[in-house]
Amino acid sequence: MTEPVLSVRDLVVEIPTRHGLLKPVDGVSYDIARGEILGVVGESGAGKSMTGNAVIGLLDRPARIGEGEIYLNGTRIDNLSLHELRRYRGKQIGMVFQDPLTSLNPLLPIGDQLTETIQEHLGVSNSEAHNRAVAALDEVGIPAAKERIGSYPHEFSGGMRQRVVIALALCAEPSLVIADEPTTALDVSVQAQIIALLKRLCRERGMAVMLVTHDMGVIAETADRVAVMYAGKLAELGPVREVIGAPRHPYTDGLMGSTPLASKGKKRLHQIPGNMPRLGQLPTGCAFHPRCPYTQPKCKEDPGPRLKTCDGRAACWFPLDEPQATKGVA
Amino acid sequence: MLAYIIRRVFQSLLVLLVVGLVAFSMFRFVGDPIDNMLGQERTQADIDRLRTTLGLDQPFVVQYAKFLGNAAQGNFGVSYRQGRPVATIIAERAPATLELALVSGSLALVVGIGLGVFTAIRQGGIASNVIMTTSLIGVSLPTFLIGILLIYIFSVSLGWLPSFGRGDTVQLGGWSTGFLTSSGLKALILPSITLGLYQMTLIMRLVRSEMLEVLRQDYIRFARARGLRERSVNFRHALKNTMVPVITVVGLQLGAIIAFAIITETVFQWPGVGLLFINAIQFVDIPVMAAYLMLISVMFVGINLIVDLLYFAIDPRLRIDGRHA
Repeated sequence: MTEPVLSVRDLVVEIPTRHGLLKPVDGVSYDIARGEILGVVGESGAGKSMTGNAVIGLLDRPARIGEGEIYLNGTRIDNLSLHELRRYRGKQIGMVFQDPLTSLNPLLPIGDQLTETIQEHLGVSNSEAHNRAVAALDEVGIPAAKERIGSYPHEFSGGMRQRVVIALALCAEPSLVIADEPTTALDVSVQAQIIALLKRLCRERGMAVMLVTHDMGVIAETADRVAVMYAGKLAELGPVREVIGAPRHPYTDGLMGSTPLASKGKKRLHQIPGNMPRLGQLPTGCAFHPRCPYTQPKCKEDPGPRLKTCDGRAACWFPLDEPQATKGVA
Repeated sequence: MLAYIIRRVFQSLLVLLVVGLVAFSMFRFVGDPIDNMLGQERTQADIDRLRTTLGLDQPFVVQYAKFLGNAAQGNFGVSYRQGRPVATIIAERAPATLELALVSGSLALVVGIGLGVFTAIRQGGIASNVIMTTSLIGVSLPTFLIGILLIYIFSVSLGWLPSFGRGDTVQLGGWSTGFLTSSGLKALILPSITLGLYQMTLIMRLVRSEMLEVLRQDYIRFARARGLRERSVNFRHALKNTMVPVITVVGLQLGAIIAFAIITETVFQWPGVGLLFINAIQFVDIPVMAAYLMLISVMFVGINLIVDLLYFAIDPRLRIDGRHA
């Protein structure tokens, strides 16, 4: 097997507070290979975005990487200085944010924002940067890219702006793209276009993509593998068909049950009782045990298992067997 | 765009008319100029004759209309005290005030924006905290006190800098400048610090808070995520966005520097229009007061117009209407 583009090992993100150390990301490990899309799902506050921000080194203080290692194409990048890390941002790692309305500088034409990024990383001449900017806009499907390159962000619709954002994230041809809820702020009809675009670019360029979202539908459509996060930990990690079709972690099973699918008909949606615990008030044992329908005494006492220590797919002491997972779709 | 400017100029003229009207209605409460103009041995006949000559026996609306008529032809009347045309007197005095305002305005802008950006970028650092705390002095001490303190330290105790006047000036055409002599430059230091300190701290605190707000925006995160240099992120992306709200306040503050040079000019006996105005009030020199007030309001109105036009230059979102209308 070739070396993965991104390799995260036992990543811990910590936030020191007056009441002690909080760990919004706690011992997360995963790989993303060339041309692969890894979907990261979970509820708000599960640590999805935090993981992405940690990889690109954009954690907001006081959050910081506490433990673990991050490798990009074999090079360790979590311990780089800000100055060294900057060379990776944009050039090796592209990032797409949630809200295209606010991710573009309103006072600069999009062409300027593209060329400054291209020149920063590729060091080409002005006219070459301009040509590449037009090509980048063309590639993400902006009609009449040549004429629109001098336009300001407010002159584009939301979907078009997200295309511009993607063009910006990809213009220096990074090997890894972190897309943090790239479709959440868009209309449903536009969402599908943006997802298709990301998917096409990933295939064409052989990029690794980390797609952070809370939308199971988007994951099912797009991702090759999926990582389910709960309270800062990986609950389940596996090929998207298997995880969705036959979830092994009770939390994933619950998530699947609460996703409306046409094949299930008009049955009442399942609901996971309770809320995800707050970071300062994690229960002892497995963080999911108070909400888990299959809780056993061991779950309350022994800390939740990490993926490595069990069967490599679900971080659960008693993973569901194939036949038990009836709520999902086959 | 042109229609907008023309509309604004008309509005500005209206504002000027109202300012003049208010000013004229208040002059009668300042005192009676006749008292000062005639000596002890005056008769009622003298008083009445002078009053009629100056037109002061007429209602203020009539006086105002006459003033407007003359002003429109560039004639601002003759000073009661000096007996010379007001336009000439102000033209003599204006260079002193304008040079002082220019130096303190530039000082306030450059240092204010510089420190504002610095304290925003290094938020929480020791240097930033020291600057922020010190800036409280600039905001809270009244101008005359700062002037007097500076005079005490640098003129009286240390004897480094002159405490009053403009020093030697050089005549360039009709413009007397203090920029070309060392004593002129030395004389500028204390007054311009005094005049600019308040504006400087105000601009600094404003730039800082706006900049902190902008640095939290998504597009700044995105600029970082694209691997742009910190310098580019801070100055190309953040500072420009900071400028839109800052320009409004800065524009008015620069106007205030000229208008409120009065206090500084009084403390330092700076021979500018502010000092001229204060002396005019003491003497109830109505033509000088009227001309000065009109001058200041023209300036404020002009600055407001420039500020509005600058918005268009900086923020493309405001140009939509103009382009598609």
